[in-house]
Amino acid sequence: MTVVFFQITLGLYFLGTVTFLICLVRRSEGLSKVALGLAGLGFFTHTVALALQLWSGDELKWVTFQKAMSFFSWSLVLVFLVAATRQYLQVLGSFILPLAFLSLVSTAILPAEAPILHPMFQGVWVHVTLSMLGTVGFAVAFVAGLMYLMQERLLKSKQFNVLSFKLPPLDFLDRLNQRSILLGFPFLTLGILTGAISAQISLGAYLSWNPEQIWALITWVFYLIVLMGRVTVGWRAKKAAYLTIVGFAGVLLTFLGVILKSSGASVS
Amino acid sequence: MHIITVGLSHKTAPVELRELLAVPDSRMGEALQRLRTYPGIKEGMLLQTCNRVEVYAVVDQVESGFSAIQEFLVDSHLSLSAEQLLPHLYWHSGERTISHLFRVTASLDSMVVGEPQILGQVKEAFRLALTHNASGVILNKLVKKAISVAKRVRSETRIAENAVSVSYAAVELAKKVFGNLSARTVMLVGAGEMAKLAAQHLVNHGVRQVLLTTRDPVRARSVANRFQGLPIPFEEFRSEMAKADIVICSTGASHYLITAEDVLRAVRERKNRPIFLIDVSVPRNIDPAVRDVDNAFLFDIDDLEMHIEQNREERRAESVKAEVIAHEEVEVIQKWLQSLVATPTIVALRKRAEDIKQAELAKAFHRLSALSDQDREAVEGLASAIVNKLIHGPLVALKSATQSSNGSVYIDAARRFYDLDMSGNPQGGDSCVSTPQEISDQAKLNPSVAQVDVRPLVDPKVSHESQK
Repeated sequence: MTVVFFQITLGLYFLGTVTFLICLVRRSEGLSKVALGLAGLGFFTHTVALALQLWSGDELKWVTFQKAMSFFSWSLVLVFLVAATRQYLQVLGSFILPLAFLSLVSTAILPAEAPILHPMFQGVWVHVTLSMLGTVGFAVAFVAGLMYLMQERLLKSKQFNVLSFKLPPLDFLDRLNQRSILLGFPFLTLGILTGAISAQISLGAYLSWNPEQIWALITWVFYLIVLMGRVTVGWRAKKAAYLTIVGFAGVLLTFLGVILKSSGASVS
Repeated sequence: MHIITVGLSHKTAPVELRELLAVPDSRMGEALQRLRTYPGIKEGMLLQTCNRVEVYAVVDQVESGFSAIQEFLVDSHLSLSAEQLLPHLYWHSGERTISHLFRVTASLDSMVVGEPQILGQVKEAFRLALTHNASGVILNKLVKKAISVAKRVRSETRIAENAVSVSYAAVELAKKVFGNLSARTVMLVGAGEMAKLAAQHLVNHGVRQVLLTTRDPVRARSVANRFQGLPIPFEEFRSEMAKADIVICSTGASHYLITAEDVLRAVRERKNRPIFLIDVSVPRNIDPAVRDVDNAFLFDIDDLEMHIEQNREERRAESVKAEVIAHEEVEVIQKWLQSLVATPTIVALRKRAEDIKQAELAKAFHRLSALSDQDREAVEGLASAIVNKLIHGPLVALKSATQSSNGSVYIDAARRFYDLDMSGNPQGGDSCVSTPQEISDQAKLNPSVAQVDVRPLVDPKVSHESQK
């Protein structure tokens, strides 16, 4: 049953992604509503799927990478649906929904049985949830940075098309970028702390220098520098946009580290 | 009765002539009252803007109405002769008048399609016509409809969405960079007309502070006062540029006043906050190399023109939708006019039947003077029964005609069959031929029926097709 709901969700997110991408180049009120409707419907079935998974009980302690990615995807869509009620922000869907869709696809592609950590520590889900919420913040910052660069390029090259009409003003995107990082950063910090604790409990060491931990720390330091740079030396606007895109690449590498570690763990 | 318009616009007349034709506001009342004194003009409205002068009128006859309005226009502007005026005029009647009024009000006939002023100007012309009792039932209904059509066009199409003037394009582009313009600062370097206009638009959109510099400090102070701005010595404006979010440059200088280094320094000082520069001067005063400076956005006059040209194209595309709306609404108003024409036809038909009956009865009783009262009643009853039964069918058809799309055919047929147009059609097109005797009979029989003949308003194509 859970699987069916996931598959429906996947289908809806896919259709939503396609519709939202068409929305970028075509001005149609109707189409935007359809896209929003698909995202909303997908979110509903996704919620049902996650709830069913929770209720099924004993799986809870087995926090897998798949579940984490599914939660990440769900949170992204939630953030978008809340944001879409505001001016300028409907266009976020054209960027966030593809991201949510791809995250959900990754859960289907990756090997099914790969627990993140040995289930000795019951509270590992706290670490995962916090880290994922931090990642949602960085994902929105990444999307804002991407949109900033697109809008900047369009303005510089004097192209006034549907896309430039739909994309929000530069200043708005820059502030969205900053706020998303400011929101994501504390979550990541807590996520890393709880991760270290769970590592201490399960592996006996706070830091074992595996790829996941290394990339997580690098990412954390990187975003800290980005935040400080804005205040001190004016790393904003275009530079901030580039930096957040690079930072998100760090996040993705952390994920890769998790996958490598998990598959290594499952092999051993 | 016919609806006509005579006028000229930017499409038919040069600005010199349009200027001459404009009636000063103070004399509009007098002009409207005078318009009504011309023979055959029942209702009138005078619409004038800087791009058009038009007289709308409800008249008895189209041709004489046209010449009356022409005469009115020449009389109102004594400096102009009829020969000067005639080649620039256009004349519309019936459906084309309605369609023209709708298109004008919806800004489809404007020089800048979609510009918003025309609606206000039509409203003002209508208000004046109402105050001076120049308009009546038909014009009132038409103009009100035209205003609602214009509103519908504005809400259902994107015809008026984007900027199509250079000064307003500056605002639109500034919003693409800054979003909200409140708490922003604009700096004017030089004070050309276009720059001042752009600054005014920006202030209207919430810009907080205006900094201003010109080579002439006295002039700088006077222009700064207009915007409650702050004059800056010309020698220092480059170092002050970092304070400005938007820089508008319009001087007569023949060289670059602002170089890429100046902008780079300003952006650094602004800690990479974007700066938006507009160069409306020709030759250009801002080095085009500024385009390569990160977080600086430079638009020169050509860029702005290109931007508004794209907007114009979009407006043209949207105007197609707007034309469809206007066309639909013309059909709606025609139905109303049709009902206006059906009612008097019904009244006229009843009256005609009654008159014939009375005339024939009078003749018969004259010959049959020996009839008893009872017999007379019986004969009268017989005549009434025949007449009523004969006209019952046509009356029912006419009543339903107001609802149907080809109602004009029935009305036209009834008027021909029963010979209700005793004066004949002024254009001579479709009235039946009457003998002098018949005409004098009709004049006797049908003196008081208030006829409103608005048949030419009804789409002639419809009636022709139906007649086939």
